[in-house]
Amino acid sequence: MSVTAFVTAALAAVAIVASRGLRQRAQAVVLPVATGVLLLALWHLWAESTRYEIATPGEPVRTVEIFPTPHRTLVALRELMSDGRLVRYSIASLFRVAVGFLLAAAIGIPLGLWAGWSTRASYSINPFVQALRPISPLAWIPIATLAFGIRDEAAIFIIFLGSFFPIVTGTMSAVRSMPVAYVRSAHNFGLRKFELLAHVVFPAALPQIITSLRIALGVAWLVIVAAEMNAIQSGLGFLIVDARNMGMRYDLVVAAMLVIGAIGIGLDFLVRRLERIDSVRWGFTKE
Amino acid sequence: MSAPHAIERELKVEVRGLSKRFRRGNEELLVLDGLDLEIARGEFVCILGPSGCGKSTLLNVLGGFEEADAGSIRIDGEQVTRPDPRRIFVFQDYGIFPWATVRENIALGLLRRPAREREEIVARYVELIGLQGFEDSYPGELSGGMKQRVAVARALAVSPEIVFMDEPLGALDSLTRLAMRRELLRIWQRERMTIALVTHDVDESLQLADRVVVMTSRPGRIAGIVPIDLPHPRDPSASAYNAKKRELFGLLGVRADV
Ligand SMILES: Nc1ncnc2c1ncn2[C@@H]1O[C@H](COP(=O)(O)OP(=O)(O)O)[C@@H](O)[C@H]1O
Ligand SMILES: [Mg+2]
Repeated sequence: MSVTAFVTAALAAVAIVASRGLRQRAQAVVLPVATGVLLLALWHLWAESTRYEIATPGEPVRTVEIFPTPHRTLVALRELMSDGRLVRYSIASLFRVAVGFLLAAAIGIPLGLWAGWSTRASYSINPFVQALRPISPLAWIPIATLAFGIRDEAAIFIIFLGSFFPIVTGTMSAVRSMPVAYVRSAHNFGLRKFELLAHVVFPAALPQIITSLRIALGVAWLVIVAAEMNAIQSGLGFLIVDARNMGMRYDLVVAAMLVIGAIGIGLDFLVRRLERIDSVRWGFTKE
Repeated sequence: MSAPHAIERELKVEVRGLSKRFRRGNEELLVLDGLDLEIARGEFVCILGPSGCGKSTLLNVLGGFEEADAGSIRIDGEQVTRPDPRRIFVFQDYGIFPWATVRENIALGLLRRPAREREEIVARYVELIGLQGFEDSYPGELSGGMKQRVAVARALAVSPEIVFMDEPLGALDSLTRLAMRRELLRIWQRERMTIALVTHDVDESLQLADRVVVMTSRPGRIAGIVPIDLPHPRDPSASAYNAKKRELFGLLGVRADV
């Protein structure tokens, strides 16, 4: 077993070095694959080195690793799929993230537009946004639990806080950095307040708003795991804590981590698609 | 009019004793110092001066975007206090909106018109600037000259009485700039609105203007006003043209030869 892993690691390393001679497009495929294989093989070797034997009287000796191998993680992943927990917990986590994030966007974007536009609004809102922003959303967990109990609402509140501040701050600075000529043109052509907002301020800020949404969703997904560790009975965060507490199932822990990573990539991919909307592409292309 | 000579030059813009200063920290910078200027209806005036002499400031005050510290600006006898769709400002860059298509940009001043009318007007001005087929393009997909034409079309679509242009051709390469000057003249001769165009390019002012207003720098004052009574098209190698050119360089206090 070890020998196979060694050989695999060596081959992957050779492929990485040898890919230098390939064309760029081939390298784009070979390098990530080879690096992935190398990491898996190293992971396997390392996990194997933590292997120990359990001898129970009357039973054959079992060998167990302290850290799960990639193979055991895969088996655990299949277990999670077949008993339905994977889908159920992913949906539970995604639901909380979706509600908290959308709530943050629904309040954060208008508030950011307003505070970016009006000096008076900025005077009243900005100091508090800046003061609350550096507090980790996790610091709010006790308060959230006190206010909402051990329920979805508590986790949603944490997610809301995690996404709200990047969205408000991003939207506010987007409006502030808008070139004066845009607003002057709008005034010049006689646009009224709402027209100015809909045809100028909002579209001008939209690329930066999308970037702030992307950051916010990243934070939300980072935070959900911790928010669910706090005794909520479902979700991927709960799965991690539960797998450890109920029988030291580190294979399930790592499987859950992989799922969290994969969903995180998927979420980011979805938000990035917003960057391709015709009317915002200008904000993402540098001449 | 029964008497043909009665109103030959109808006064459109009247600037009296215009002063403007900027405060930077506790320092005061006098940018415009007691300017007097008159622009006739339908006239093409170029404001010529070195960089930093206050041309943009003057135009911004005329456009109603900034307030004067002293003096008055009247347009049709009416005091200017704020921007107005009857007087459209064309910015050098950032004027047109990158998030809107050519069509949407040109329609900016027509939002409250009925859709049918709006489409007709947009189509007319797209044709005027020769951008048929680019109605649904975004500014990011257009060349510099095309973008500037969109800015001009957007301004003209609301049938303004006056168009203010702040170095509208400054960002273009010299060949495109020449073509755009010709284009501007053609449009002006057709629509006959009043134009005040700011430039630091002597040839640009010579080829476009009925009158060139030359400014001095720091503080900005008017060094002289030169009528350019040459017929279009204006040949830069003609001797009358060069006489005017020497006069402008003289007022600017710059030698033309290198
Ligand atoms: N908003 C402002 N605040 C302070 N100084 C300004 C401001 N706008 C322009 N100035 C100064 O006023 C002078 C004239 O500027 P401007 O009108 O832009 O000149 P021009 O358009 O002729 O190049 C410059 O010295 C510039 O630095
Ligand atoms: Mg200027």
